Amino acid sequence: MSATAQTPKAAPSGSTASRGARLLGDRRLPVLVTAGLFIAMYIGGLSRYQNYGFGEPQVFLNLFIDNGYLLVAAIGATFVIMSGGIDLSVGSVIGFTTMFTAWLVEGQGLPLLLVVPLALAVGAFGGFLMGYVIHNFEIQPFIVTLAGLFLFRGLCLVISKESISISDASVGTLAQTRVSFGLGELSIGALVALVVLGVACYVLHYTRFGRRVYAIGGNEQSALLMGLPLGGTKIAVYTVSGFCSALAGLLFMLYIQSGDPLHAIGMELDAIAAVVIGGTLLTGGSGYVLGTLFGVLVLGLIKSVITFEGTLSSWWTKIATGVLLCAFILIQRTMTARRKT
Amino acid sequence: MTTTSRWRALTHHHLFWPVAVLIALLLVNVPFTPDFFSINMTDGHLYGSLVSIVLFGSPLILVAVGMTLVIATGGIDLSVGAVVAITGALTCSYISDQADQNTLSAVFLAMGIGLVAAVVCGLWNGFLVARMGIQPIIATLIIMVAGRGVAQLITDGQIITINSEPYKLIGGGYWLTLPFSVFVVAAVVAVTVALTRRTALGLLVESVGGNAEASRLVGIRSTRIKIMVYMFCALCAGIAGLMISSNTSAADGNNAGLWIELDAILAVVIGGTSLLGGRFSIGGTVVGALVIQTLTTTIYTIGVPTQTNLVFKAAVVIVVCLLQSPKFRAKVFGAKGPKGPRLDAAPVEPAPAADAAPKMEVSR
Repeated sequence: MSATAQTPKAAPSGSTASRGARLLGDRRLPVLVTAGLFIAMYIGGLSRYQNYGFGEPQVFLNLFIDNGYLLVAAIGATFVIMSGGIDLSVGSVIGFTTMFTAWLVEGQGLPLLLVVPLALAVGAFGGFLMGYVIHNFEIQPFIVTLAGLFLFRGLCLVISKESISISDASVGTLAQTRVSFGLGELSIGALVALVVLGVACYVLHYTRFGRRVYAIGGNEQSALLMGLPLGGTKIAVYTVSGFCSALAGLLFMLYIQSGDPLHAIGMELDAIAAVVIGGTLLTGGSGYVLGTLFGVLVLGLIKSVITFEGTLSSWWTKIATGVLLCAFILIQRTMTARRKT
Repeated sequence: MTTTSRWRALTHHHLFWPVAVLIALLLVNVPFTPDFFSINMTDGHLYGSLVSIVLFGSPLILVAVGMTLVIATGGIDLSVGAVVAITGALTCSYISDQADQNTLSAVFLAMGIGLVAAVVCGLWNGFLVARMGIQPIIATLIIMVAGRGVAQLITDGQIITINSEPYKLIGGGYWLTLPFSVFVVAAVVAVTVALTRRTALGLLVESVGGNAEASRLVGIRSTRIKIMVYMFCALCAGIAGLMISSNTSAADGNNAGLWIELDAILAVVIGGTSLLGGRFSIGGTVVGALVIQTLTTTIYTIGVPTQTNLVFKAAVVIVVCLLQSPKFRAKVFGAKGPKGPRLDAAPVEPAPAADAAPKMEVSR
C-alpha cells in the first residue's frame, strides 16, 4: 500500500527517480510485510512474556548471536537466488567447515589464524567449481549443488565419523568475547554477520556486479544479449555463496565450539526459507538483502518464542516455518499476479 | 558399416548410459565378492546380493517413479521424504493403538489412512503448483519443512514401534520366494507404464512439461494433469512410507525417508529424464534407482568405509550429469554438439520477462 503511494511521487524527477522507483517501487512491499510481521511477533511476545524478561534488549540482540551463522548463509543464498539459481550445498559446506577447522585446529594443531583463511578458501573454491560446472556444461544448478551437498557431507564423514570438540584457547576466547553496547552485548559471530550484511547490501545494491546479478536473475537471455558477462557473474555468484557458507560454518563452529559431521543438516532449507520469507522472488531478479535479514530474524524469533513458551515442542518450529513460508509465497504470488494485470 | 551403425544405435539409446553404469557397478563387486551374482534358496526364500539390492531399493524405486512424472511436467517434488514420514507415522500410530495389531481389517484401515494423508499432501502440492502458479521447488518446500514437524507431532516425537505380522509383510515379508516389496514395486511400475504408454496420458504429461501454456491452448487441461501427477507422486511416496515403516516395524518422524527426495531426483536424472521436463523414461528411472542402491551395496561389500558413501554418490552424480551434458561431450570427446552460445538452452522461464514489462509501466 505504502509503496504504491510512493511511486508516483518519485516518478516525475527524471532518471534518478526512475532508478529510485525501480529500487523502491512495489518490490519493497514484501520486505515491509516481513518487517511488519517481525514487529508484530515481537510485540506479541512482549505482551505475552513480559514477566519473563522478553522485553530486555539482550533478548533482541540474542537473535543475532544465535542466528548469525544462518544470516551469513542466507545472505550467500540471496545472491544465488537473486541470480535465478539455487544452492543446495549450503548446509553441507557449513558442516564441512566446522569439521575441517576442528580437525585442523585440534588434530593437526594448526593456528586458527591459518585455518580460517584456508577454510574460507576451500568453501569459495567449492562454490567456484559448482558455478564453473553449472555455466560451462549447462547442467541445472539444482543438480550440481545437490552433488556438492553429497560431496561436502561425505568429506565431513571422511574426516571423521565422530564429532570433534574444540578446546583450543584462541577459539574459546573468540567464542566467549562479548562486545557491549549501551543496551546489551553482541558476540564476535554476530558482529561478523552484521559486517557481512553491510557488505552484501553494498555489493548487491550499489555495484556493477550487483546489477548484473539482478539482470541475470530478471532475464538471462536479455542479460546475455545486452552483453553482460553471464558466465563470470554466474560463477562469481556461486563463489560468493560458497564463501558465505564457509564463513557461516566458521561462525557456527564458534557458536557451538565443535565440529560434527551432522552439523547443519538441512540448513540450506532454512537459508532458502529465510530468503523467501524476506521477499526475494525465487525466480530471481527481485529482492533485497535487508529482506533476508528480516527473514532470518523472523525465523529466529519463532525459535525464541518457542523457548519462552517452554511447553511447546521443538517440532513446532518446523511447522511454524512451513506455515510462514506458505503464507509468504502466497503473498508474493498475489502481488506478482496483481502486477501483471 | 552395419556393426558401427548398430553400435551407434545402441550407444544413442536413452537407456545405454544408465545401464552401462549399472553393469559396471555390478561388475566392480565381482573381484571383491566372487559369488556376488549367485542367488540361493534358503527356507523357500531367495537370498543373494541382487535380491537384497532390489529389496532395499524398493522404496527408492517407488518414490523415483512418482518423481519421474512430476519432473516430466517440468516440476519437482521435494516433499516426498516428509510424505514418507507422515504416512509411516499415521499408519504405525493407528496400528499401535489397536488391541490386536494382527487384525487384517485394522491394518488395512491404517494403511488407508496413511495413503489418504499422502494423497492429500500431493493434492496440496498440486494445488499450489498448478492453481496458484507457484514454483514447484518452493511449493513443495513447504511440506518438506513442515511435514517432518507434522510427522513428529503425530508420533509425539517418539519412535513408535509396532508388532503386526500382516503389516510386516509389505516391507519385510516374502511371497512366492521373493520379497513382497518386489511385487508391490512391479505392480506400481507396470500400472504407471501402462497408464502413461498405453494411453495418451504420458503424452499429455510430456506435453504439459514441454509447454504448459501451449498445452492448455490446444485443449489439454494442464492444471488437472499437474494436480494428478503430484497426487500420484505423493501416493508413491506414501506406499514407500508404508514399506519403510513396515520393514523396520517402526515410525520415525525425524529420520524416515530422510534425503530420499534427493536420491529419487538423482535416480530420475541418472535415468535420463531431463529436469526441464517434457519427456520422461520410467525404465530409465528404475535403472537409475538400482544404480544408486547398487552403489550403496557395493560400498558396503567392497569394504570401503561406509562414511565415504556420500562422496561416491557425489562422484556418480557428477559423472552421469557430465556425460549427459551435450556441451561436455562436445568439449571432451569432440562429438557433434551444439556450437556457440546456446541461447535457447538457457533454462529461463519466460515468466520473469512478462512480469517485468508491466512493472516498468507501473513505476514509470
